[in-house]
Amino acid sequence: MSTKEDVITVPAPGGPGTGTAGGLDAVGISAWFGGTRVLADVTLSMPPATVTALIGPSGCGKSTFLRILNRMHESVPGAQMAGEVSLDGEEIYAPQYRVTEARKHIGMVFQKPNPFPAMSIADNVTAGLTLTGTKLNRKDRSDLVEKCLRQAHLWDEVKDRIGQPGGALSGGQQQRLCIARALAVRPRVLLMDEPCSALDPTSTLRVEETISELCSEVTIVIVTHNMQQAARVSQHTAFFLAEQGSPGGIVEHGPTRTIFSEPSDARTADYVRGRFG
Amino acid sequence: MTVTSAPPEAVPRRLTVTHDTGDRIFHGAARSIGLFVLFMTGAIGVFLGYQSIPTLHRYGLHFFSQTQWQPELDRIGIAAVLVGTVEVAFVAMVVSFPLALGLALFITDYAPKRIKSWLVTTVDLMAAVPSIIYGLWGFFLLGPQAMNVGRWLSEYLGFLPIFKVDTDPHAAVWQQSRYTGSVFIAGLTVSMMAIPLACAVMRSVFDQTPLGEREAAMALGGTRWGAAKMVVFPFAKGGIIGGTMLALGRALGETAAVLIVLAPAYAISDRILQTGGQTTSALIASNFGNATRSQLSALLTAGFVLFLITIVVNSIAAVIIRRSRSAALTEI
Repeated sequence: MSTKEDVITVPAPGGPGTGTAGGLDAVGISAWFGGTRVLADVTLSMPPATVTALIGPSGCGKSTFLRILNRMHESVPGAQMAGEVSLDGEEIYAPQYRVTEARKHIGMVFQKPNPFPAMSIADNVTAGLTLTGTKLNRKDRSDLVEKCLRQAHLWDEVKDRIGQPGGALSGGQQQRLCIARALAVRPRVLLMDEPCSALDPTSTLRVEETISELCSEVTIVIVTHNMQQAARVSQHTAFFLAEQGSPGGIVEHGPTRTIFSEPSDARTADYVRGRFG
Repeated sequence: MTVTSAPPEAVPRRLTVTHDTGDRIFHGAARSIGLFVLFMTGAIGVFLGYQSIPTLHRYGLHFFSQTQWQPELDRIGIAAVLVGTVEVAFVAMVVSFPLALGLALFITDYAPKRIKSWLVTTVDLMAAVPSIIYGLWGFFLLGPQAMNVGRWLSEYLGFLPIFKVDTDPHAAVWQQSRYTGSVFIAGLTVSMMAIPLACAVMRSVFDQTPLGEREAAMALGGTRWGAAKMVVFPFAKGGIIGGTMLALGRALGETAAVLIVLAPAYAISDRILQTGGQTTSALIASNFGNATRSQLSALLTAGFVLFLITIVVNSIAAVIIRRSRSAALTEI
């Protein structure tokens, strides 16, 4: 942590998550929408305090896989899954494990920025605490708001208007607000579903800075269509592919450098060199 | 190059658009229908207002302060029926609002797909049941049961004026006749008609809540109820108010069911559990048949007042809805 912004220390607000990076293990994941199988037997380990990039052409099941990791998949009518997902060895699909608990520990940033438009910027940041019934005094609250907005590289742009509605921000700012909102509940894992696909280059840069700075505190899994972004921010990469008419799966995974420089599968090589997808 | 002192005055060009015949016919037809609706509403207001002149001329402001409706004694006023109208509508809203809200939320957020479509049909069907049927139901089935609720309320909450009943709640044999045909029972009956209206509007707006915001609340570890409070209700505020106002309009004007259930009494009373009361529309319906010319004018005046009240209620609703986020999605 070398940047000036991270110097401020905030007493741990005792949020729902523990705030230490957690390891995610997905074993034998399959997924269906209605009767159609979209993912087949995906096994992937996402070690703590690292960034894992999920790459692959559209419709190969990356986002579905990501949404299975924090149990958002099951909120879609007709969606089913098989397999196991464990957070630090604890199965999050176990019957006694609460779905809200899983989502507290495994946060998510969506492709399309989705702040609560009528709520103020500060209230957006603390929305997760409101939802989980966590009370904070005024001082801790404003400290938390500042810390999270700084982590998301948004503080300097909004510090004079954090009482204004979140919907009034630009698209890139909204997405960084969503990152700050996800961080405020102190998740152990942060899932990002193409977080920069709708952003301008400056906002994209800010988000990537945030990702690099955060990875010691929180494990990040990011879906991206941008090869350069995957190469810049991640340590591990998994290449997903869905052959014509068959469900998606992982072709190859490993250290990002290896996947990009000397992939063992010809299809991976073709994809990372931009021959298709 | 010559330098001119001022650029020539630019005049916007008049554009002429030539529509084909079919388009012109449709345009004209649509406009006529729109104007016709406006004209009809205006005509109703003008007719009622014109017919009210003799009554208002004769009784003046006493028309609004007199509680009795005794044309044979030349005592005519709508003070009691206006209060009764508001009381019945109030009871109906207190009962129907939470039920409609909960029902709409259950349909959109909780009900499994199979039950959802079945529930939607049933609620829509509730709106199609004639009000006279509700009246009979309220009189024969609901009334006797609701009297027990009324008795319980008056026994434990009788210290509040609205729950008081002029009878001894601890008497060995409770006086059932004091509880029949009350504003409370009439309001309950009317609430059954208000629920489907309010629920339909609320449901359609709840369904329009942006999925992204719902998912955001859930991904933060929120429950479905938490997501409803944080996302659905704020988004749907306009629809909730609009649906409620629509139901209120219905409750204010409901006639047939009230006519059957409510025992007519012309006195301003805040005791909703006690027998007796009258609403404006029920007054008109029950006196219309054997009214003389001057009595008819008085009844039309009462109708005029009811007409104005419902217009004001709906206008307020329209203003509130237009200011809210889901404005474009609410049909009222």
